[in-house]
Amino acid sequence: MTENSGEQASTVVQLLRGWNPNAIEEVIEFRGETTVVLPRKILRSAAEHCRDNAELRFNLLTDATCVDRYPHEPRFEMNYHLVSIPRKQRLRLQVRLNGTDPVVDSLFPVWPGANWLEREVFDLFGIQFTGHPDLRRILLPDSWEGHPLRKDFPVEGFRDVPILPGFKKASYDQSF
Amino acid sequence: MATASDTVIAGNKTLVVNMGPQHPSTHGVLRVLLELDGETVVKAVPDLGYLHTGIEKSCEDKTYSQAITLTDRMDYLSPLGNNLVYCMAVEKLLGLEVPKRAQYIRVLMVELQRISSHLVWLGTHAIDLGAMSVFLYCFREREEILKIFEMFAGQRMMTSYIRIGGVALDPPAGWRPVVERFLKLMPSRIDEYEQLLTGNRIWLGRTKGVGYISGEDAVAYSMTGPTLRAAGIPYDNRRVFPYCSYEEFDFAVPTRTDSDCFGRYMIRVAEMRESIKIARQAMAKITDVGAIKAEAPGIIPPQREKMKTEMEALIYHFKIFTEGFSPPPGEAFATIESPRGELGCFIASDGSPRSLRTHFRSPSFINLQALPKLITGQLIADVVACIGTIDIVLGEVDR
Repeated sequence: MTENSGEQASTVVQLLRGWNPNAIEEVIEFRGETTVVLPRKILRSAAEHCRDNAELRFNLLTDATCVDRYPHEPRFEMNYHLVSIPRKQRLRLQVRLNGTDPVVDSLFPVWPGANWLEREVFDLFGIQFTGHPDLRRILLPDSWEGHPLRKDFPVEGFRDVPILPGFKKASYDQSF
Repeated sequence: MATASDTVIAGNKTLVVNMGPQHPSTHGVLRVLLELDGETVVKAVPDLGYLHTGIEKSCEDKTYSQAITLTDRMDYLSPLGNNLVYCMAVEKLLGLEVPKRAQYIRVLMVELQRISSHLVWLGTHAIDLGAMSVFLYCFREREEILKIFEMFAGQRMMTSYIRIGGVALDPPAGWRPVVERFLKLMPSRIDEYEQLLTGNRIWLGRTKGVGYISGEDAVAYSMTGPTLRAAGIPYDNRRVFPYCSYEEFDFAVPTRTDSDCFGRYMIRVAEMRESIKIARQAMAKITDVGAIKAEAPGIIPPQREKMKTEMEALIYHFKIFTEGFSPPPGEAFATIESPRGELGCFIASDGSPRSLRTHFRSPSFINLQALPKLITGQLIADVVACIGTIDIVLGEVDR
């Protein structure tokens, strides 16, 4: 099920290095997938380069999502999955963000399709995307407190369930 | 955000109308705020989240095999596709090879699923646009497919049939004649739908030239699936990044250039015909005996008979169902071509029995963001047609 042969992947890495020698922090190869870790500052220009370079042509941003590695720092990993439809290749760009400063450039100017993907990440992880035209919550109501896919957000939520008069407080560890 | 109570904005000329979340043509609970100038849509703002159930968060709290049942509930018109992409992502993390026979069974099931999903789409889309009878015919054939699923999995809809490393059960006795009869019947039934719709003047009037999007825009908006192929871009995961041995199957990837509601309708009809072809080939490839699960002690539950004679099998059985299994740390992104487009599953593992992060790239969520682009400047009656041709399933949009 390998999607990139090692040769193709190294071409991408070389092209990115040739474009900007400091473009790549780390290259991860796992199960035939290539992850290129970028410094946060150059994410947008690197994405533009991936899209426009005649040898790369990653024209489809298929997915953008975040991983929270709390309590490790930098805790957030933004993953962008790119596809080059003409070249039949996939690539993952990754940017690592600190928990104290979870801000990254929006890719909306490069791919308008990043709009809702980034809104979802903002909603569920609280990552700020600079340059996003409409950064609002998308799945949760505007009044929601916190970002539920963060690891420090408990599955049951933060807030207590309101106790109706005449009922006892619910407890999760009670045996049935 | 504009609310429906802000009825008068921009110099008293436009009106904000709330479409949904209970509108029958939104196929679930989608709300669209429409700003209208007369009957023309000036601006559209989709509002989602009414069906958000936190499936991705729940997946982090379950072992890898437990989470399969959650995936059924996202795209409830194509649960087998969801099972498949999730299992493929876990298999990729584990580096697990699935036996050929199981792969062919998977192909057969997801192709039947594609037909059934397209049938629901066609029926509901036609009913949205006023063609009542097509709905009844489509559901008649869908019932046949659901019966096949019930035969295979014991369940009509929430099948959970595809499991990590293979499929849950061997095909049941006597499955061949049933599937054969359906595949024989189906082409003439598709002809029937086409007779009702393709040349129908009302249908053409409601769909031709409605909801146009150019190929470049469709790619820029990350659209995939029939909507992208109707815009002339032959991007189909089964062909471009083959999985489940799709490279061994002979099928066409239909594309069109008109990229309107009619084009997308024609693409889906053509895809149903291709799916019948693939299902026939898969049937021929499925042998009567053979493995349906990979050999991977500690990951795949052992057979019942083995547990009675072998101590290791009993230990593995206990460990799998209490603790689960731990894939190596790493990340995997698997994609399939679901009826709606590229369905992806991204799993990050930290080496524990529960995933660090499970994310689903749901095609209807991402296709839906092009809706304002499709309907701005169109008539309000066409909004229904446009929502229909994107083919959204709100369970998958909101997850």
